[in-house]
Amino acid sequence: MKCQKCDKPATFHITELTDGNPQELHLCEEHAREYLSQSGMGSAEPENMAAALAHQMAQQMAVGQTAEELARLDQQVCPFCGISFYDFRSRGRLGCPHDYTCFEAQLNPLILNIHGETEHTGKTPRLGSRASQEKTQLIRFRREMKEAVAEEDYERAGKLRDTIRRIEQGDSPEETSH
Amino acid sequence: MELNDLTQNQGQWLRGSGPQSDIVMSSRIRLARNLADFPFVGQASDVDRQRIEEVLKGAVQGIEDASRLLYIEVDDLAGVDRQFLVERHLISREHAESEGVRAVAIDGGESFSIMINEEDHLRIQVMRSGLSLDETWEEINRIDDSLESKVTYAFHDKYGYLTACPTNVGTGMRVSVMLHLPALVLTRQIEKVFRSLQKISLAVRGLYGEGSQAMGDFYQISNQITLGRSEQDLIKQVHDIVPVIIDYERQARDFLIKESPENLHDRVSRAYGILRTAQTISSEETMLLLSSVRMGVNLGLIHDLEIPLLNDLFLKTQPAHLQKLTGAELDSSDRNIERARYLRSHLHGQNEPNGPEKN
Repeated sequence: MKCQKCDKPATFHITELTDGNPQELHLCEEHAREYLSQSGMGSAEPENMAAALAHQMAQQMAVGQTAEELARLDQQVCPFCGISFYDFRSRGRLGCPHDYTCFEAQLNPLILNIHGETEHTGKTPRLGSRASQEKTQLIRFRREMKEAVAEEDYERAGKLRDTIRRIEQGDSPEETSH
Repeated sequence: MELNDLTQNQGQWLRGSGPQSDIVMSSRIRLARNLADFPFVGQASDVDRQRIEEVLKGAVQGIEDASRLLYIEVDDLAGVDRQFLVERHLISREHAESEGVRAVAIDGGESFSIMINEEDHLRIQVMRSGLSLDETWEEINRIDDSLESKVTYAFHDKYGYLTACPTNVGTGMRVSVMLHLPALVLTRQIEKVFRSLQKISLAVRGLYGEGSQAMGDFYQISNQITLGRSEQDLIKQVHDIVPVIIDYERQARDFLIKESPENLHDRVSRAYGILRTAQTISSEETMLLLSSVRMGVNLGLIHDLEIPLLNDLFLKTQPAHLQKLTGAELDSSDRNIERARYLRSHLHGQNEPNGPEKN
């Protein structure tokens, strides 16, 4: 598909949701930037350009999605930190590491647009991703424990506390009963 | 070490040593990292933020002799001290202005600073004078390894180091080089340079600048993309473009000299004259004039000034530095008077506004 403003290929597919009736735009990178800067990009500093671009994209549009799909995806919630994809779209910041997994379908095209790639090829931590994923579960368990305490479900809170301790001490996490 | 000790130092980014230091000011690399077991800063509760800060404070104090490390809770700092750290490039403007538990650890030589609870849990930054990206990478990589041995970073097999904003994901790395480009600004070619750099996904930003007009003609060139390329590739891309821009800047300087040596000499001499005689002067005007004088010294049009002194003046005449040096809070008009006094005394060796021209 060609850009609506020039002959370059359209790489940005924008669904503008402002006036209630969705409008689809197909633009090349240059015109997408121009469009976004006209729609009130806050910072003119080029280092923040990419951040602002991602923010704007996330806020106003979804990549390659129709309005209905967008509304459905918006409501998806990360079970770990509790933010919805809509929260990300409105703030431009993710809530926790697990968002990259649970919103992957929506984030992958966004990441491709920003970086032109979707696979990390640089440095990796000594412990790799497994240790990281285990630890990230703590975000979920801590939140659930707080909820259990609030609901006065002390049995569940106790189990969660034990699970949290095990993970914090570096043992591998066991299945909890919820 | 205390914050006030830093006023005696020259900022790393303005130390101005190393090859091509007439144009290349400094090299900087920053890494964004997050702990695996906490929400990102924007989603973290006050309790989370406190715990993140505790965990990372411990980890950070393990990397360097703690007596040489300055650890500062940013929320406790007075406004002028925060601004002071921003002017020295030790914390970001966002870190200075945001709210909640957050900190910065700075090493005594100001070669690195580590922000805690900025946009990401950790923003590690290493700075070096001149063009020295490989050494900068070695040091930051060492710091990163050391921290990684104490905490578990958020890392994903496919996306690499995970960050609050997807624009930083992957390596989490921003490599930048600060350049002084007065002739490209004067010949109005700087926009052309911007556009061509953007095409190869490099970003250009002015120093403390609003829009494209950079303060003092200092520009920072950095990578835009952080995912899908190795750290070495990202460094190489920035490293390789620097000689090209240096060459453009030199050509622009040659052009200015050839076109009208008198005009150029006049511009430089007037700038020097104003700086030595003004009674009140804004920070913006000071930066603009110091930039002309700096180029004049580098082109041999001014003989009685050393570059390190000029570099120092760029920093010391900024609002927070001026107030730290004076030891008093000054409003904007008092600062302008104090700034002019400071410039006169340092550019003359005596506080005598109408002294003889040595040039």
